[in-house]
Amino acid sequence: MSLDASIQLTLGPLDLKMEIAIDEGEVVALLGPNGAGKTTLLRAIAGLVPFQSGHVRLDGAILEDTATNQYVPTERRPIGFVFQDYLLFPHLNVVDNVAFGLRSRGTPRAAAADRAMQWLDRVGLKNYARAKPAELSGGQRQRVALARALAPDPRLLLLDEPLAALDATTRAGVRRDLKRHLASFKGIRLVVTHDPLEAVALADRLIVMEQGRLVQTGTPAEVTERPRSQYVADLVGVNLIRGEADDGLVKVAGGSVVAAAGAESGEVFVVIHPRAVGIHRNHPEGSPRNVWRGRASNIELMGNRVRVRIDGEVPLVAEVTPAALKELDLVEGGEVWISFKATEVGVYPA
Amino acid sequence: MPMRRERVPIPFVVLAAIGAAFFIVPLIGLIVRTPWRDSITALTAPETVEALKLSLVASLSATAVGLVLGVPLAWIYARVEFPGRDLLRALTTLPMVLSPVVGGIALLLAFGRRGLVGSWLNSTFGVTLPFTTAGVVMAETFVAMPFLILTVEAGLRSMDRRYEEAARALGASRWRVFTRVTLPLIGPSLFAGAVLCWARALGEFGATITFAGNFPGVTQTMPLAVYLLVETNQEASYILSLVMLLISLVVLVGLRHRWLGSA
Repeated sequence: MSLDASIQLTLGPLDLKMEIAIDEGEVVALLGPNGAGKTTLLRAIAGLVPFQSGHVRLDGAILEDTATNQYVPTERRPIGFVFQDYLLFPHLNVVDNVAFGLRSRGTPRAAAADRAMQWLDRVGLKNYARAKPAELSGGQRQRVALARALAPDPRLLLLDEPLAALDATTRAGVRRDLKRHLASFKGIRLVVTHDPLEAVALADRLIVMEQGRLVQTGTPAEVTERPRSQYVADLVGVNLIRGEADDGLVKVAGGSVVAAAGAESGEVFVVIHPRAVGIHRNHPEGSPRNVWRGRASNIELMGNRVRVRIDGEVPLVAEVTPAALKELDLVEGGEVWISFKATEVGVYPA
Repeated sequence: MPMRRERVPIPFVVLAAIGAAFFIVPLIGLIVRTPWRDSITALTAPETVEALKLSLVASLSATAVGLVLGVPLAWIYARVEFPGRDLLRALTTLPMVLSPVVGGIALLLAFGRRGLVGSWLNSTFGVTLPFTTAGVVMAETFVAMPFLILTVEAGLRSMDRRYEEAARALGASRWRVFTRVTLPLIGPSLFAGAVLCWARALGEFGATITFAGNFPGVTQTMPLAVYLLVETNQEASYILSLVMLLISLVVLVGLRHRWLGSA
């Protein structure tokens, strides 16, 4: 019981080559920046976008395979699709929207209406059965879209940015409900999102893609602890540097050397938490092995911390308290020294 | 925020007023000169009733044919890319700019008793189209269907096709997608196209008289009857003209949002 897709396609500027496998019982989030090809991949799995080569298999059955020229049209795939803007049919009322999939698959009218009402009850919208989609709030539309996708009892549920159309105030509540509904669905669940918070909240496993390629996959904890791309590092808020390790030293681009306890050899990622980076007006005394000169290029208040971007041999972001910043008397463009301990550096093979 | 009124140049106002009067004065003439007290007699005269009935039947039939043949054509123009599509579209919308009389002659040459297709129809099935009510419907369809095709095509092009994808992802067959999603979503365009087509068919004169002739009860529609009455019974022709004017006005007012693009 699983989804297994290997898809290669080019579409405009997008050059996509992805392989994904999802097991029954998993909620997987496909995370990536805009234009990474997430939605295209989802649409290809649904059969809405043709691909040049590859295959899509669901529970061992072939939905599409370019090698054998097999293609099951979208309408005959056992899928549920929640589209980004939900795409509720504006001319149908809520219950007819939810019943649409059942009716399309041959359920008699009365039975389809009954089932649709049960689903509306489940998502708490029974009283809105006769309303038109335009009369609903964003969160309610999202629930109708989910009920509509789930009513025909699909094997695979695909969700494209299910919360992107909502404003920030309702998003948290809708996300909580969505998590609950996703948990009660027994098939395979794949959620596309560009929001790391959403991905971490909803999914058991993340698949990170950038520019049509797989970058990283793993549990949210694994991905956030060991980012494998600048994009993920930026999402998590850590400094990521790639380099060549040799016995406790990592040579990075530009010729600088980072002392990193535990670095063995070969291509590695170096991760430094901004809180581990110290800022000084003068050359720091004491033990830190990594000390560089730099220039504060950007100072940004983030909650109760201040993030300072420092350009130098190795550009880094440091995080200090507002009080510490005041003591440093630091302004943008100011010369500083930065330091961090070799033991505060995370290293793992690239 | 209050809008600042722009000063309108005087020559523009004068020319625009003349332009508007050019349309309005004839209408006033028609209304002023219509002998209202004879209107009941004129409208209930058997030949008038016959022409009115024939006009309604023929124009509604032309609209029905237009829907059955025109919607698929519009769908293909909007959704299928094939070589020569623009040329084909131009050919099928030609009657919008062609003189209807020329259209009538072309119809005769194709479907007349000795025409390209007509002679075969006649010899094989014994069917003759010109100078029959069916001929009236053909002439009206020929002239009016392009309005429907273009309106429906525009509707299909501007609709959000992702709704069709959503329907497919819910298991809907091509046919179900078309009937349950596409058609309802282009409903306003479909309605506007059908009404335009019908109004154009109702007023059709040139192609009808050329291809179908002017036989009372068989091919004599309202415009043809009016044309004859101008010679024989002018006052009756005024009344019938006013009836047709009212129909056009109702259509225009009903669809004004379409023309102003504010639907």
